[in-house]
Amino acid sequence: MLTQFANAFLGRLSWHALPQDAITRGGASAIVLGGLGIVALITLTHRWKWLWKEWLTSQDPKRIGVMYIVVSVVMLLRGLGDVALMRAQQATSVGNSHGILDASHFQQIFSAHGTIMIFFVAMGFLFGLINLVLPLQLGARDVAFPFLNSTSFWLFFAGMGLINLSLVIGDFSAAGWLAYPPLSELKFSPTTGVDYWIWSLEISGVGSLLSGINFLVTILKMRAPGMTLRKMPMFAWSVMGSMTLVAFAFPILTVTLTLLALDRTIGTHFFTAGGGGNAMMYVNLIWAWGHPEVYILILPAFGIFSEVVPTFSRKPLFGYTSMVWAIWAIVLLSFTVWLHHFFTMGAGADVNAFFGIMTAVIAVPTGVKIFNWLFTMYRGRIKFATPMLWFMGFTVMFTIGGVAGVLLSVPAIDYQVHNSLFLVAHFHMMIISGVLFGYFAGLTYWFPKIFGFRLHEGLGKIAFWCWAIGFMLAFTPLYILGLMGATRRLDHYDASLGWQQLFIVAGIGVIFVLLGVAAQVLQLVISIWQRDQRRDLTGDPWGGRTLEWSVPSPAPSYNFTTLPVVTARDQFWADKHAGKTVEPRYEDILVPKNTGAGLWIGAFAFLVGFGMIWHMYWLALLGLVGIMVTIIVRASDDEPEYILKAKEVEKMDNALRRRKQYV
Amino acid sequence: MSEVTSLDMPRLEAEATEKTVLGFWAYLMTDCVLFASLFAVYAVLHGNTFGGPNGHELFKLPYVLVETMALLTSSFTCGLAMIAAQKRDKSQVLFWLGVTFLLGLTFLGLELSEFHHMVLDGNSWRRSGFLSSYFTLVGTHGLHITFGLIWMAVTSVFISKRGLTEGTLKRLTLLSLFWHFLDIVWIFIFTIVYLFGSLSI
Amino acid sequence: MSPKVSEHNAHPLSLGKYIVGFLGSVVVTMAAYLLVTRGSLSKSVLVGTLATLALVQFIVQMVFFLHVGDERRPRWKLMVMFLMLGVVLILVLGSIWIMNDLNYRMMDSPQQVQKYLKSQDDL
Repeated sequence: MLTQFANAFLGRLSWHALPQDAITRGGASAIVLGGLGIVALITLTHRWKWLWKEWLTSQDPKRIGVMYIVVSVVMLLRGLGDVALMRAQQATSVGNSHGILDASHFQQIFSAHGTIMIFFVAMGFLFGLINLVLPLQLGARDVAFPFLNSTSFWLFFAGMGLINLSLVIGDFSAAGWLAYPPLSELKFSPTTGVDYWIWSLEISGVGSLLSGINFLVTILKMRAPGMTLRKMPMFAWSVMGSMTLVAFAFPILTVTLTLLALDRTIGTHFFTAGGGGNAMMYVNLIWAWGHPEVYILILPAFGIFSEVVPTFSRKPLFGYTSMVWAIWAIVLLSFTVWLHHFFTMGAGADVNAFFGIMTAVIAVPTGVKIFNWLFTMYRGRIKFATPMLWFMGFTVMFTIGGVAGVLLSVPAIDYQVHNSLFLVAHFHMMIISGVLFGYFAGLTYWFPKIFGFRLHEGLGKIAFWCWAIGFMLAFTPLYILGLMGATRRLDHYDASLGWQQLFIVAGIGVIFVLLGVAAQVLQLVISIWQRDQRRDLTGDPWGGRTLEWSVPSPAPSYNFTTLPVVTARDQFWADKHAGKTVEPRYEDILVPKNTGAGLWIGAFAFLVGFGMIWHMYWLALLGLVGIMVTIIVRASDDEPEYILKAKEVEKMDNALRRRKQYV
Repeated sequence: MSEVTSLDMPRLEAEATEKTVLGFWAYLMTDCVLFASLFAVYAVLHGNTFGGPNGHELFKLPYVLVETMALLTSSFTCGLAMIAAQKRDKSQVLFWLGVTFLLGLTFLGLELSEFHHMVLDGNSWRRSGFLSSYFTLVGTHGLHITFGLIWMAVTSVFISKRGLTEGTLKRLTLLSLFWHFLDIVWIFIFTIVYLFGSLSI
Repeated sequence: MSPKVSEHNAHPLSLGKYIVGFLGSVVVTMAAYLLVTRGSLSKSVLVGTLATLALVQFIVQMVFFLHVGDERRPRWKLMVMFLMLGVVLILVLGSIWIMNDLNYRMMDSPQQVQKYLKSQDDL
């Protein structure tokens, strides 16, 4: 009786869920000690109240943005740890040696690597940057739905919590970052691994979808008076395109994850090998989401370059209109290419040819963008600050990766190199030099605006060169290996193949990348240490063109004392050079009150995920009820906002003027 | 907000409502893509009966017609509630919301009963790919209906306690959008699942 | 506390529209139902007719219940809806095309081939 009750209560949770061998114990210890370390630090500095009031319950997108970035940086470190392990394994696991990892751990590591990098690093940086920059660029004070914004962050955090918990309790998926069935079905992956994967993505995916809607309505409805769409900065356009993709692609992911979850819990036959299931449908659906996803990530990176290049070329962006058309061409086309991820699954020539052609076509608007940036630089007065270096690295490497992509778009060629290291090199080149370099450019560019002081330039440059060199060393060998026949996800290979040297070169590349990361960490630490000498006293450290540079650094909580009136593109640049001085005017401002409701929703969502993973269905139900109750309580709040009186705003503004934090 | 302020509160409230309605509409569009994915799965798997029954053998069209009419009528009565809201007639609003709720509950009851019988006969979601996709598509719609009914009940409580303020009117508008949207999705379920199904297409 | 909800629409709600929408939907639903249960159309014509009826009811409910078309400029709701329809069409038709093609090429038994040939005859 007692055991029956315990079973129902605990589901499949047991002591065996704790790590059983040295490697998993190491990983678990890192998470546990890291977590305890953070808790200890906050406790010892008596900062819990401050943390709760200033950050965790904040509805200010500038605060929420920083929280996204902090989480993403931590997850980047974890993802890079995975990289180090994988490269070490593949450089040493030849012939009689089996390297440092057994197959099962290797499989979990490459699965975790991909999942973390896409969902918790790239998406996190993306939403972080949008939160920090978009309202300022639009001349607005906030996003359209501040509470939804907070909820989205906490759902992201809950998903992150689950994927990190998998290192401590249970295991992680060994089915790759997309968990294809039948391998991901219960029969072949009976442990909690795939369930952790499903639920952390399901929960953070809802957060992403809500953010997509939020930022889209922000752009449509909250632009400053006079800012027509055609006067909007290019970063905002790119966010508009990206969020449109988020809104229409993420529901597909939600459905696909749910169907896999149903197969694994209630015995449905969507993707099972028998019972009338069709595993190929999973591949079809997951990529119908997956392809738009990569454009979701890259479009805002392109948008960042469209801000950085004009600023550091001291010229307006070349071809504004064609850039906008290119964004929307990419948005529409990104829904017509998804089959190129499974040319080899066996469709006929006509199907493959259609998607191959569309894939080749989608390269064209991207090419338009690259030419427009180069034309922007032409006859400009280039300043090679760190953000501009990230862009230069991007132009070279993204082009290489891109032409590899055009090769892959031809089905006949793809048949030779699908799922080889050639493919791995291609998509890493696109994502790292496109998405990651773009986001690094954005973070280094907007850092002064967010934190009020500048980053150490020298270390930034060192970081870039380490990353660039390391990245080329890490992935050029992979193109060659792929053409030599090396497939992806190998944990061991024969010595006679002669691949080891190239894997060693790739491993050296990763060491350079890690040096680059060390330089970035050092840059941050030193810049914070020297922040008083590095203060941005003008609000416009780079000579920017758009509205975010017209406010002090760091931007005050209300963004603008009065909302700017826009009559031209690059309004701030125009005002600067017309010598226009604006008389300060102050007005009452409606400000959302802090609330922990978003955090509670995230916490309850975590319980739903944990309950579903461990078959503790009472817990999942409790979590669901908790979410609904929180929503209803929140909805019954009649006064979610307070009025910041004009006199208060004037006081805060005068304090900034006294500290000379003004143009 | 009863303090003295230079803010034009009514205008701000109206702007906020417009924003929220647009945002909710955008959410409904994403929900359409969600249902489209489920329809795509149904289209691909509906022939995979794995030796079990197909739609022609399982679906009882007269029963489904009653369900459909109940939901359709509830969409109409929801519209009547909105008209009453426009006239600021609180008791009429609550009356028509009540009727909508009962019709919705009838729909849900009929659907659950249908499911129950199928499961008892051994034709649950475990039986075949066809039945998995049937239960999931129709069940997801039913889950949305359930949340709609809960929302309807909560909204009715708010309206009866606070009256027809800008806030409760905004929530009512969103609810009616949601409820109409669910009937529109049902049009496609009725046609593609039930009508086509009984023709063995 | 002056409520201004209905002033956002260019046109206020009218009872007549809801009645037209409701009756229109009832008629179309009954027509579809009767065509299936009592009608004698050939299968392919029937499928086309039912699909058309569904689309008609979709438009009727969109216009008369959801007031699509009543929006003031800029018509964001309409634009987002058309984008959604585009994505839905590509997703559903694309998936059906792809999966049909794959299923055709994956047929592995004489029984499956027979079943496929038979289904081609019926339609």
